[in-house]
Amino acid sequence: MLKKFINKSRIKSPWIVHFDCGSCNGCDIETLACLTPLYDVERFGIVNVGNPKHADVLLVTGTVNHRNKKVLQNIYDQMPDPKAVIAIGACGLSGGVFKDAYNVVGGVDKVIPVDVYVPGCPAKPEAIIDGVVEALNKFAEKAEAAG
Amino acid sequence: MEAVILALIGLVVAPLLGGLLAGIDRRVTAWMQSRQGPPIMQAFYDVAKLFGKEPMVVNRWQIFCAWTYLLASALSVALFFAQADLLLIFFVQAAGAVFMVMGALAAKSPYSQVGAQRELIQILTYEPLLILVFAGMFMATGSFNVGTIFAHPEPLIAKLPLLFIVLTYALTIKLRKSPFDFSTSHHGHQELVKGVTTEYSGPFFGLVEVAHWYETILVLGVASMFWATNVFWCALLLVGTYFAEILLDNATARMTWRWMLKYVWSIGLLMAVVNLIWLHAG
Repeated sequence: MLKKFINKSRIKSPWIVHFDCGSCNGCDIETLACLTPLYDVERFGIVNVGNPKHADVLLVTGTVNHRNKKVLQNIYDQMPDPKAVIAIGACGLSGGVFKDAYNVVGGVDKVIPVDVYVPGCPAKPEAIIDGVVEALNKFAEKAEAAG
Repeated sequence: MEAVILALIGLVVAPLLGGLLAGIDRRVTAWMQSRQGPPIMQAFYDVAKLFGKEPMVVNRWQIFCAWTYLLASALSVALFFAQADLLLIFFVQAAGAVFMVMGALAAKSPYSQVGAQRELIQILTYEPLLILVFAGMFMATGSFNVGTIFAHPEPLIAKLPLLFIVLTYALTIKLRKSPFDFSTSHHGHQELVKGVTTEYSGPFFGLVEVAHWYETILVLGVASMFWATNVFWCALLLVGTYFAEILLDNATARMTWRWMLKYVWSIGLLMAVVNLIWLHAG
């Protein structure tokens, strides 16, 4: 029963850490807009904790480049399991218009495993919330598979 | 025997009440910001999730300190319900608070270090106030015993109005609410990240949260002693006080520790001393 409650709680309490890899800030503004009264993600128990050690879900915006790929990896490693990663926006997905630039590695999935991709340039707040909810469903599946 | 049963009731009921209060707190805060806010049970979901996470520590001191903090705050609540001595409760609670800081100091992270130093200053600020509140209760009732104070025939707030205000300062600091939320805050992603709790993670952060619920209930329990003669007025006093805390949290910005030390010690100590002199003379 306790295990069931913990599994249920995982879905009900996703704490988020947001990392801007090298975004134009478009996606960042949309991500932060989710916290405003209009979208109010706290309804779902989502909190923007800003601390990888407390976070369950990592939101990444922007292209990954050779300078910040280590930072991204470091943040991911600091998060205790179970965790999920959501790549946001065209740049986070594939590198976007910067894909062929000499300093760009590409999308977030070149460095860390990504669970959910949220497209858009910039991604809409509704799409980001949908992405988080989708990540939680994946979470639940993983938890149930693990027993 | 009765004391043991009461203590056990306290151990079980306090975290349930504390968690519920944390949920209601977030709901009321959301209402003030014209948002819908999380479910009332959110605090329990958060802690259950934290207990389900992978244990990850910087060093073993954190495990020890988190457990000691929880044990000390649970023990202080148990002692309160068992109607023990206020001074004993006070010292047990203070020991727990210091262990929580030691755990934060055990990690090298600057956020954790700064948060820990600030938490120490917060402890330094509210402890003398609490002692003076207890001293006032002793002068009014002639005892430090929780049971005797609860059995006092008149409401204490009539004799200790200023000391009640002093206690609400301690409550605001203990709840880490604005303007005194600089050791850690409920809203992360600021200059301090999560301050003193930054380096606690997973199940150990869960322990710290539960300990915090115990402490909240302890301070509210002390506040309830001010109107112990009538259940209705006591409830009204507690609800009113907590609502004022939430309002203050939403209406004020975070201040600096220097401001807190100056403001709380000057105004708080002055009010406490005036109340004590008044008690002594009258």
